[in-house]
Amino acid sequence: MNLDLLFDPLFRVPFFTGLLLAGLLPLIGMYLRLRGEWLAALAFAQMASAGALLAMVLGWPMLAGGALAALLAALAKGFAAAAGANAYALMMLLAWGAGVLLVANHPLAEQAGHALFDGQLYFTGEGHLLAVGLVCAGAVPVLLRLNRPLLLARFFPEFHQARGLDARLRLMLFDLLAGVVIALATVSIGVMAAFALVFVPPLVAYRFGRSWRFGLGLAALLGMGGYSLAFALSLAFDQPFGPVCAVLLVGLILLLGVKSDRL
Amino acid sequence: MDGILLRVTGLMAGYATPVAGPLAFELRRGEILGLAGPNGAGKSTLLKALWGGVKVFGGRVEKAPGLAISHQAQGFDDLRGVPLTGRELLALTGATPAGLPPWLAERLDWRLDRLSGGQLQFLRLWACLAAPADIVLLDEPSNNLDRAGVDYLADWLGRAHADQGIVIVSHDPALIDRVCTRVIEVGVAVEAPGP
Repeated sequence: MNLDLLFDPLFRVPFFTGLLLAGLLPLIGMYLRLRGEWLAALAFAQMASAGALLAMVLGWPMLAGGALAALLAALAKGFAAAAGANAYALMMLLAWGAGVLLVANHPLAEQAGHALFDGQLYFTGEGHLLAVGLVCAGAVPVLLRLNRPLLLARFFPEFHQARGLDARLRLMLFDLLAGVVIALATVSIGVMAAFALVFVPPLVAYRFGRSWRFGLGLAALLGMGGYSLAFALSLAFDQPFGPVCAVLLVGLILLLGVKSDRL
Repeated sequence: MDGILLRVTGLMAGYATPVAGPLAFELRRGEILGLAGPNGAGKSTLLKALWGGVKVFGGRVEKAPGLAISHQAQGFDDLRGVPLTGRELLALTGATPAGLPPWLAERLDWRLDRLSGGQLQFLRLWACLAAPADIVLLDEPSNNLDRAGVDYLADWLGRAHADQGIVIVSHDPALIDRVCTRVIEVGVAVEAPGP
């Protein structure tokens, strides 16, 4: 166990990159769960990882490749809304197959593939931090604006149409935002760590939140707290970040005794 | 439209094919119009046709310019597990909590999944009733309400609502008789108009 690494300046940029994402991903997860679409997060993450690997092979920036693939997935989700979970499952299978084939057949993709699948957060640089910072600064006010339309779409789906309004563009904006955030998270902290942060904190917040606003805050705090602990543990014990984060968050669920619900 | 909020003429509505109508009426502010009729007559379908929720196969629905419609639909999405309070639910539609019955007002900060079925139904109804709107469309509003809830609803509807027009679909003749200023009997579905 090496605790000195926790205070090494080398790890500050990766830590703060992940910390911002750990606060934002659970918020995205709260709305995905509200819409019964949490599985979409895993589909977006898988698509982003495949896009990032393809970009690397083509000599493009991985971040751009991941974001583009996730955006395409978000658009496809919007147009194939009726397909629901079937569309997400197909996206996951396609992305997983393409990603593994790239890793198996291209030496450059092999190392990056392991980083994406293992969640090697420590390879993130200042470019990631800048991109994540900008996206967070834009995403939070957008989410605040989308809060009411997203809740109305769930609880009063006829509200806008009965008033001659069209909320579809705003709902699609959420899809695109979710795609971008999850893509950034995937190329920064890995596929499953990103998914764990989208999935687990909202699961706890839905169970223990006293109100919607309280639930949003609780999810963000749980995400950031769980992430920070996972970061410290993985550094101290020299373990890959992604699995430590996922196991820790699932352990949190077991500890709190959250039962699976229908969402 | 000379003070008329809604003018409906020869309305026939449905999904793949017409299942309800024809229906004709005019609605003015201060009126509470009841659509009565047996199950399967298409009352709910006609109500949805007033705001574009189903396909209109014939006739016309003319609305006063800038009209806001609030529609309370039958049934409700499963709310279990969602950490939303009653106060937050009302805020979504812009409904005011003022005027809520005491047995619900004191539970406004509870999560919705902590409320009884009747309390939740009344709150959901209130979110549409008390929302800013020119026309309120209520589809079987007394369903799942207990006696106290139905009485409170009838009393509230019975008071003057001079600024709004209200259309109620109900199979409960007692409620219709008690609150409506006018009643239209909706019959069974008719055939589609010719080309």
